[in-house]
Amino acid sequence: MNEKNININGEITPPDKKNIFFKSVVGFLRKNWIGFTLLAALFAIIFILEQVLSSSSMLFVVLKKGAIYALVAVSMNLLNGFTGLFSLGQAGFMLIGAYTYAIFTIPAEARTAVYQYFDGGIINFTVPVPIALIMAGLAAALFAYLVGLPVLRLKSDYLAIATLGFAEIIRAFFQWDKLGPVTNGSNLLRRFPVFSSTLYPFIVSGICIAIIVLLINSSYGRAFKAIRDDEVAAEAMGINLARHKQLSFTVSSFFAGVGGALLAMYQTTVQAAAFKSAMTYEILLIVVIGGIGSVTGSCLSSFLFIASSEWWLRFLDSETYIGSFKLPLLASGFRKVVFSIIIMVVVLFYSRGIMGTNEISVDALLRFFRKLFRKDSKGEAA
Amino acid sequence: MEFLNTNLPYILAGISVGGQYALIAIGYTMVYGILRLINFAHGDIFMVAGFAMVYLSASLPLYISIPMTIIITVVLGFAVERMAYRPLRTAPRMSIMISAIGVSYLLQNCAWYITSGLAKQYPTIPWISESISIGTATTKIVTVITPVLTLVLVIALVILIKYTKIGMAMRAMAKDFETSRLMGVKINSVISFTFIIGSFLAAIGSLLYFTNYATVTPIAGAMPGLKAFVAAVFGGIGSIPGAVIGAFIIGICENVIKMFGWTTFSDAFTFALLIIILVAKPTGLFGEKSTDKV
Amino acid sequence: MMENILHTEKITMQFGGVVALYNLTIDVNKGEIVALIGPNGAGKTTAFNCITGVYEPTNGSVSFCGETIVSNHPQGRMKKLYLGEEDKEKLRVIRPTPDKITKLGIARTFQNIRLFKSLTVFENVLVAKHMRAKQNVLTATLRLNWREEKRAREESLALLEEQGLLQYKDDLASSLPYGLQRRLEISRALATEPKLLLLDEPAAGMNPQETQELAEFIVKIKNKYDLTVLMIEHHMDLVMQISDRIYVLDFGKLIAHGTPGEVQKNQRVIDAYLGVADDA
Repeated sequence: MNEKNININGEITPPDKKNIFFKSVVGFLRKNWIGFTLLAALFAIIFILEQVLSSSSMLFVVLKKGAIYALVAVSMNLLNGFTGLFSLGQAGFMLIGAYTYAIFTIPAEARTAVYQYFDGGIINFTVPVPIALIMAGLAAALFAYLVGLPVLRLKSDYLAIATLGFAEIIRAFFQWDKLGPVTNGSNLLRRFPVFSSTLYPFIVSGICIAIIVLLINSSYGRAFKAIRDDEVAAEAMGINLARHKQLSFTVSSFFAGVGGALLAMYQTTVQAAAFKSAMTYEILLIVVIGGIGSVTGSCLSSFLFIASSEWWLRFLDSETYIGSFKLPLLASGFRKVVFSIIIMVVVLFYSRGIMGTNEISVDALLRFFRKLFRKDSKGEAA
Repeated sequence: MEFLNTNLPYILAGISVGGQYALIAIGYTMVYGILRLINFAHGDIFMVAGFAMVYLSASLPLYISIPMTIIITVVLGFAVERMAYRPLRTAPRMSIMISAIGVSYLLQNCAWYITSGLAKQYPTIPWISESISIGTATTKIVTVITPVLTLVLVIALVILIKYTKIGMAMRAMAKDFETSRLMGVKINSVISFTFIIGSFLAAIGSLLYFTNYATVTPIAGAMPGLKAFVAAVFGGIGSIPGAVIGAFIIGICENVIKMFGWTTFSDAFTFALLIIILVAKPTGLFGEKSTDKV
Repeated sequence: MMENILHTEKITMQFGGVVALYNLTIDVNKGEIVALIGPNGAGKTTAFNCITGVYEPTNGSVSFCGETIVSNHPQGRMKKLYLGEEDKEKLRVIRPTPDKITKLGIARTFQNIRLFKSLTVFENVLVAKHMRAKQNVLTATLRLNWREEKRAREESLALLEEQGLLQYKDDLASSLPYGLQRRLEISRALATEPKLLLLDEPAAGMNPQETQELAEFIVKIKNKYDLTVLMIEHHMDLVMQISDRIYVLDFGKLIAHGTPGEVQKNQRVIDAYLGVADDA
């Protein structure tokens, strides 16, 4: 077998390519101007809201955390929804991302205080935040690559349990006191740079999700979907299963790592103990509610999920009196019960989630409104 | 001898916890054998059994509260299957697994709500909580009882599966679900029965496990559940003797690791073992290989 | 002198103690249409799976255009269980994954249609173009491979048009009627730019008229794409009409081989088929 002609070589750049590429970018912008306008409007609104509302408003909590979870959910969807690999390792990769980010950005002067039990740690340099974010992704991706080598050969539920296992191993590893000079053992990492503006997670997540969408809509994305639909047929179409699964797994973990880093920034502290399998389950449920195989569904459901769990259902947690009558059931923890019942209802009765495998797009919205409008005008005519 | 004397408690604890894992693992392995479903909620059913005992024994004498606990657990296992898995019988396997994760989430949150997230003291069951000395080691009687009881229950179960009609139906379904259905096996009742047996054993397991550990928390079921599942995979999922042997191996290894002072890694080790076995021999020690027809 | 394109050398496929295929040696020459027939369970699809790398044969080798692409000898547990012919010299082990074989130029269809159900007709064909495009994940994500992508799209559209599937381009593959699904599966296989096409019961479930159309279709694509065809088929009309040569399998063994006329007269073939009530 000749290995040479099987390798996929990088494309050789022809001289006139830049120009044509530029033209195609302009064309792309022109075609999608409504979308970009809406996006710009969204950013403007968030910016204005930040000026108007108090920064402690729940809205910002939801927006920040929602944006971060949206990224992680989309990265999980790439794997579970688009490639059909049921992996439950997301929390582990987020943990790697969060730690990588924190370890390399804690300012030198704060290290003695943070690593108080480990003589200030052994890493005594810092890197700029954007580079640290990319490093977070790369660290997670590298680890995913290594994990993927043995694990991705496994079938559906075995894969799920093996990745879950790896996430647990990672968690134990980061808490190991022998690694304390790097990870601070089971103690908190803190005092690394964080963000204050809601726009920050929006922009970072937005860029990452855009890249994932580009990947999904590329030739590789089609190959992933082919693998999801039928592995045997995909192989018969010349798709190298091992390589493509590995690719999807690594890319997904890269973005989970970035998501983890953002989560660290949001929380301002990092502790390995927090990245339990329950976190992966939560993300999985977000993906399911949004629709397995729908990027916009995942985004939408992250915000809904975070909003309901952190904000809208909060009242269920506090004992409430109407006059002297105490409302029954309302007590600490009830919110989560109601919440899990809602989730079960979605899982059992709306298993396609909010969006199924459909996407919200500008075109779809326009079509929807046109249809609505036409119906109305017909109604009037009759 | 010196080595044995210092380490006997760990090994005894390993055998004991292995027996408790075995009782949970059987529930996993039987359900997986028939439905090809990792019942993520099984560990939480085990946890609920623990709380049921805590609350029941507060007001009732033990000879009532123990059977009641078992009944509640069995009913819960039955109800979970009925409500969360049966409607998805024809859905893709991933949906059922997600449903199982959802049930697990629900049970944990309910437990948290009821207990306000506080750890509860497990009631002392007389006799089995008493201390006993074996050689130089002092331990509770439950440590010694567990492996014996486990083996008795497993043998009873194996006999049930081998020689009764419903056992035959279970084996048939594990081999070929669709054909069994066509042959007139009442699949729904067999599946319910499987969950009932699994929950029954989980309830017994919880009595033994929590007597040993003394407190119950809402997430107390997660880790033993996962480990029991690992045990089931280790022994070859679908195989009951495999699950039992796997559980004992895992229980002992875990405690040996603790013996060497690597407590941080006792959980991680279990998973490392899982991954090694999955990669080296995906069918586990006693599992059967299945091939997809192309 | 005819150019040999596919040659299997004593392939034996054994599942545990069951021998599904015993010492199968077949030859397919360039430009031929060769049929592989035999009663159900004779090992025809197993032969396909061995050739395309889905199964590793227990023993034997496959060569394609003179190059050995698959070869194996009994190993591990199989050493003891092996029931095939004892081979003095151990064959080198070559066990490629199916995608590599497809890349070399062998495409196949499946007995039970295996389309990508959630993809559109167009995407189904595009997927087959993925492997030949010069691209990597970065260039693909950033659309720097737009030339390749454009070419793939154009070629796929041309293929669909030619197969009369263009009007269904944006429909889900699973929504097509059965006959068209078969045709799409063949189109998809063609999109991988094969030299040898393996068809696994292409006429299954078709009525006589559709079968006749299929016969013409196979001959047409064979000529047009300069293909060689190896097919498994139960519809004897189709087999007798278009194949140049026929191999007959029964219980994993080759029992006859020759031109349609020769095979029809062969007593062993008649015996093998008489045990079966119907030809399907």
